[in-house]
Amino acid sequence: MYFVRYKKTFVLGIIFILLSNIGQVYIPQLIKQGINAIEKNAVPEAVLKFVLLIALTSLLAGVFRFLIRQTIIVTSWKIANDLRYDFWNHLQKLSLRFYQNNSTGNIMSHATNDINAVRSFVGPSVMYTIDNGTKFLFVFFIMLSMNPLLTLYALLPSPFMTLVVYYVMSRVHAKYTKIQEKFADLTARAQENFSGIRVIKSYGREDYETENYMYESKEYLKRKMDLVKLQAMFIPVFLVIAGLSFIIVLWSGGIQMIEGNFSIGELVAFYAYLGMLIWPMISFGWVATMIQQAEASMKRLLKILNEPYEIQDSVTTDYNIKEIHGQIEFKNVSFGYAANLPPVLKEINLKIEKGNTVAFIGKTGTGKTSLVNLIPRFYDSTGGEVLIDGVNVKNIPLQTLRKNIGMVSQENFLFSDSLANNVIYGLNGTSDNAIEKAADIAQLSKDVESFPKGFETILGERGITLSGGQKQRSTLARALAIDPKILILDDSFSAVDTNTEEEILRRLKQFMKNRTSIIISHRISTVKDADKIFVVEEGRIAEEGTHEELIELNGIYADLNKRQLLEEELSEMD
Amino acid sequence: MAEQREDEILGKAYDSKLMKRLLVYIKPYKMYVIAAILFNILVAALGPLRPYLSKVAIDDYIMHKDYNGLLLIVGILFASLVIQAVVQYYLTYFTELMGQKIIYDIRIQLFSRVQKLALKYFDRTPVGRTVTRVTNDVDALNEMFSSGVITVFSDIFMLVFIFIFMFSMSWQLTLVTLAVIPLLFYATFLFRKKVREEYRNVRTHLARLNSYMQEHVTGMNVVQMFAKEKQELEKFSSINDDFKNANIRSVFYYAIFFPFVELLSAVSISLVIWYASGEIIQGILTFGVLTAFLQYIEMFWRPVRDLSEKYDILQRAMAASERIFNLLDDNTMIKNPDTPVILQKVRGEIEFNNVWFAYNPGEYVLKNVSFKINPGETIAIVGATGAGKTSIVNILTRFYDIEKGNITLDGIDIRNLNKRDLRKHISMVLQDVFLFSGTIKSNISLGNSDISDQQIYEAARTVGADKFILNLPNKFDEEVKEKGATLSVGQRQLISFARALAYNPQILILDEATSSVDTETEQLIQNAIEKLLVGRTSIVIAHRLSTIQNADKILVMHKGELKETGNHQELLAKRGIYYRLYELQYKDQEITKTA
Ligand SMILES: Nc1ncnc2c1ncn2[C@@H]1O[C@H](COP(=O)(O)OP(=O)(O)OP(=O)(O)O)[C@@H](O)[C@H]1O
Ligand SMILES: Nc1ncnc2c1ncn2[C@@H]1O[C@H](COP(=O)(O)OP(=O)(O)OP(=O)(O)O)[C@@H](O)[C@H]1O
Ligand SMILES: [Mg+2]
Repeated sequence: MYFVRYKKTFVLGIIFILLSNIGQVYIPQLIKQGINAIEKNAVPEAVLKFVLLIALTSLLAGVFRFLIRQTIIVTSWKIANDLRYDFWNHLQKLSLRFYQNNSTGNIMSHATNDINAVRSFVGPSVMYTIDNGTKFLFVFFIMLSMNPLLTLYALLPSPFMTLVVYYVMSRVHAKYTKIQEKFADLTARAQENFSGIRVIKSYGREDYETENYMYESKEYLKRKMDLVKLQAMFIPVFLVIAGLSFIIVLWSGGIQMIEGNFSIGELVAFYAYLGMLIWPMISFGWVATMIQQAEASMKRLLKILNEPYEIQDSVTTDYNIKEIHGQIEFKNVSFGYAANLPPVLKEINLKIEKGNTVAFIGKTGTGKTSLVNLIPRFYDSTGGEVLIDGVNVKNIPLQTLRKNIGMVSQENFLFSDSLANNVIYGLNGTSDNAIEKAADIAQLSKDVESFPKGFETILGERGITLSGGQKQRSTLARALAIDPKILILDDSFSAVDTNTEEEILRRLKQFMKNRTSIIISHRISTVKDADKIFVVEEGRIAEEGTHEELIELNGIYADLNKRQLLEEELSEMD
Repeated sequence: MAEQREDEILGKAYDSKLMKRLLVYIKPYKMYVIAAILFNILVAALGPLRPYLSKVAIDDYIMHKDYNGLLLIVGILFASLVIQAVVQYYLTYFTELMGQKIIYDIRIQLFSRVQKLALKYFDRTPVGRTVTRVTNDVDALNEMFSSGVITVFSDIFMLVFIFIFMFSMSWQLTLVTLAVIPLLFYATFLFRKKVREEYRNVRTHLARLNSYMQEHVTGMNVVQMFAKEKQELEKFSSINDDFKNANIRSVFYYAIFFPFVELLSAVSISLVIWYASGEIIQGILTFGVLTAFLQYIEMFWRPVRDLSEKYDILQRAMAASERIFNLLDDNTMIKNPDTPVILQKVRGEIEFNNVWFAYNPGEYVLKNVSFKINPGETIAIVGATGAGKTSIVNILTRFYDIEKGNITLDGIDIRNLNKRDLRKHISMVLQDVFLFSGTIKSNISLGNSDISDQQIYEAARTVGADKFILNLPNKFDEEVKEKGATLSVGQRQLISFARALAYNPQILILDEATSSVDTETEQLIQNAIEKLLVGRTSIVIAHRLSTIQNADKILVMHKGELKETGNHQELLAKRGIYYRLYELQYKDQEITKTA
């Protein structure tokens, strides 16, 4: 597929290979003629002619060699580049589910090792295969024309060579795969260990982890040596078989020479040709390994590249929808993460009016996050439909949909960039004003004042160098900066003190006029002012209404209120 | 950006200081090295022997029509071939074994060293970089140990033998053969210089590409949430193109160099034939010598051609070893004392005396903090976000060391304790929940075999996690994905809480341990651990005053300073920060009550 794009260059490259091989194959002929000339006691000038011809031919062949690399190898980098681009483009379109089920290390190894293996195939392997294949044919026919019997003798051992290659290769592959797997394990383990180092340190598990790593590394060593046992046979076997060819030529050629049917020049040329044949045969084994690796890698890449886009625009997408007003409706929505898992959401029916603030409250793991994830289509519902402004979200262009939703997810992720760039991440182009405004609402400004570099502070990986609350408020500011029509806050105040939370909520109220907002929280104090509160219980909406209505109802919410009230009252009694 | 440069370390192909350090790792395998060298000499001698033998065959037997002599030589040739092959096999096997053992040693040393590095190191170093050190960089060393160094030896030996044979046959022709060598050296020198630059470029762009991908794969849902795919793709594309172009540039130099070497070899052949022609005609030289020389030229150029590849291997290995040694030398460590005080049982008395602390020199996050916790007390730390609450517990467990003042546990300065000892008695629920891939069980026990299954279930029950765990298809053996991706955030927090309880500590630290958990579960936990905590010291960080009002002592932090201390009533009576915080929640309560 990628070959087609660079068809012309490849054809050109192959022509260069042919040309340079003709040159290379011609050189031993010149050597032969030169030596024959010496044998016949020719004048030095005659010899000189051949000598100069050798140098000239070699120069020409060299120029073509240069061009081969400039076409084929260069193209291989271009193809790798294209492949990586397509791979990344594809990754960006894969849904959350993919990322929850595949580890980062795993995806990274595809993007690096596998693409690399494919490139080695496209470049060096293709180059050497064609190069050696044609060279082999040329040489074979020239040798045949020079001395058929000797050629036959000389090549007698080579079928063994092919056999050995076949035997070794068929076993190398499995072993190689096992080594790769272990190496991936080593990488993944190190990655997890270093990411979770705080936990490991606080529970004193360093020695245990090191021991585990020792175990894995030993296994890696074992598998490596398993392969080496096999691979180490390669060179000696080739050595013997190839050497055998030389010996046969010397022996049988020698006899023919004694009988006067063969000249020294021819012997030398034969030696040179054999030398040319040996290398292709050795490299054949090497190329075969690369091809096998590339094949395995391509298979892995294709597995990802063929991964369907779960969430994308479809034929029913209405591109006339350019903006979103913010009315949201769930109609009989049900949702499950996988067919073999119990459904997480069941028959959800709810309506959120444009400009309203609604809240979701409910126990840990009842499906609040799952529910709001359906709105920006991080997942699609498995039953029923989610509507925005009366249109099924699946029919709204994904870009339009997401550009209008500001979502602060429960897990906060920040890039290792400056704080400012993190806040304006969702904007195209900069605007200091936006930063200030968003930071003010999110109550980030005070913290930033205390940073020596202010907004230009560079954050550690995932925002490691911020306090928990600072991280959370930075992601909040990031969502506010895009000026969203719908704002979703998934437990976004869990690491923020009540005082600051209160401040934020007060400013948000102002900001959210004419916008729809959805707040998930465990705290009554956060949700009580909402226009409507939904109580989620085991994947269903158990109760809905305003704070007062729900208290009146005397159900789950009222109970929850009592629980939090009880604490408060206790404290009041003190 | 000092770290960025680390990936660009080029290294020389040979650096005696680094080599000396690397040799230390070879020491345990001295026997292998000696064997390898002996085998090498053998192999190196056998190769060049053959063209000499064929010269003997041509000059002494073929020219004299001696069939038997020819057969004898053929026999010797074959025998030498078989011996060489067998020796070669073992040579390859044992050098590889040695290489693997050495890198195993280095890998483990490196890994356990990283385990000891202070959090400061991890704050400023992307995880991916450290991972590369332990995996790819160490593997690059293997290439050097197993193929690089040893083959360089064998090449050198072989060249020496070739010279010996050539000189013994004809020193004039030898000189002619070598006439092009200066040219070769000069070309190689130029090539090195160019390729070195390009290699640096390639490495820089590769590092950039990898770290971009790593970070954006992790944060892909943020990219998608903000619909930034197009811009990110453009960014990626430009990084990707830079990488491609750097590679293409370096291909150019290779494309020139290799054909040039071939050309030199052809020139050398031409010269030899031309010179020999005169000599042969004059009868000074024999045809056998000429054929032998032509074979030697072939043999001689092969290692020379490989040399640039070897050079690459060496250079890569040297650069890798430099990065590895840099990491091994990294002294960002919190040291254990030389003569630690042994701590058998802990009462749990903690005291902070005028503690000053900064993550970055000069930027104090905690200023002159002093307080005392008596054994068995529960204390709470409150304060606005970023006030320094987490920092207090970070320094208590010596994740970071303080600048001024001291912290004591049972009257002993914690700097006089083994960190392991200190942390053994303290369990901490971290604010940032981290789950490992594995099972629920392995996440609670962290592989500690002292913790029985019963204790794991018990801990899970105490925090109310058993309810959802028992609903999972495989219960406690349910698979946990990377970072617990398939669990709800609250569920993850419960597991990390259960972990702390399973370790059954004398001192328990809860840093926002229930911030993502619903109220009912939170209260259940509170009641359950109240019983557990009798006689133990605990430190609770929480934003909701209601959860901490029963604490024996409450510390109110404000901008890194300890502003108020006391129990709930005392603090209310003070009418200070705490009172104001309380009022805010009190106001809420008024509303709720009237409702
Ligand atoms: N690893 C770090 N490197 C540099 N600065 C840090 C680091 N961790 C925290 N800080 C800074 O130290 C200050 C105090 O942080 P700390 O985590 O102690 O706050 P906190 O009171 O626990 O806040 P929160 O309630 O938000 O968790 C903050 O300004 C924060 O930005
Ligand atoms: N990617 C996933 N694959 C499979 N199951 C999942 C996945 N994500 C969540 N779940 C399960 O779905 C249920 C609902 O999870 P969800 O995150 O929606 O809960 P939540 O109400 O937001 O909880 P919390 O208050 O803890 O955030 C949980 O039981 C959880 O284990
Ligand atoms: Mg959630």
